[in-house]
Amino acid sequence: MAILVSLLIGLVFGLGLLVSGMADPAKVTGFLDLAGRWDPSLAFVMAGAIAVGAVAFALASRRARSWLGLQMRLPANRDLDRRLLAGSAVFGIGWGLAGFCPGPALVALGMGEGKAVVFVVAMLAGMALFEAVEAWRARSHAR
Amino acid sequence: MTIAWNEFTPGAAAAGGALIGLSAGLFVLLNGRIAGISGVLGGLLRPSRGDIAWRAAFVAGLVAAPLAWALFASPLQLHIDASPGMLVLAGLLVGFGTRLGSGCTSGHGVCGISRLSPRSFAATACFMAMGFLTVWLVRHLWAA
Repeated sequence: MAILVSLLIGLVFGLGLLVSGMADPAKVTGFLDLAGRWDPSLAFVMAGAIAVGAVAFALASRRARSWLGLQMRLPANRDLDRRLLAGSAVFGIGWGLAGFCPGPALVALGMGEGKAVVFVVAMLAGMALFEAVEAWRARSHAR
Repeated sequence: MTIAWNEFTPGAAAAGGALIGLSAGLFVLLNGRIAGISGVLGGLLRPSRGDIAWRAAFVAGLVAAPLAWALFASPLQLHIDASPGMLVLAGLLVGFGTRLGSGCTSGHGVCGISRLSPRSFAATACFMAMGFLTVWLVRHLWAA
């Protein structure tokens, strides 16, 4: 059941990205280009998403288990550390360079865009590189 | 700053945003998890038992969304301006950065802010600022 939910949620999430226009990198860079001809649409996507999301997360925060009886897995970390800020900064640079973040890139992949394939393969390589660095750090700590 | 009024689509943006918020909200209420795309995808590269199927299903749903869209509407035209070399660099940065920073636009920007997480407020401010700065450097300083 949880797997079927995941599939359907992924589908609705992707439809939301398509409806909002955010699957198109030009729409995203149009928002990030404050000094050019600015398209504020992305701010309205965030506002719409947070308005609905805030209600759901307020309900979820009072629950010990999910509606399907699963354990709630919400992050408890509240520290603003260097990894969070450095990682987000690196992500922001990549986001600005191409106009793609992970969700829209996967939707564009589903549209059969060759350039989206290039981006997604590189993104997976970046994620794999992170795992490799983590494994290496864990080994050198253990020594 | 000038507003690109002909490209500004507040209605579609807010409606699509509400769908994104609805899916993220239902995901936490039903499955008890954060619908953060970089985390869902990145977790597939650190596989643990009983953890792969739902992640793969979520990703499959996202990739299949354009097929569902095509049942109701005419296909969208994407505009990907970046060169292949730039897409490789951008993809590497997005992949590594989202994993190091524990999230992207969905996990921090939508879910984290919806649950008032201080880490997500800081992360979102950080990647937004760097996104603005990068586009300014590339489009206005470098190109000039």
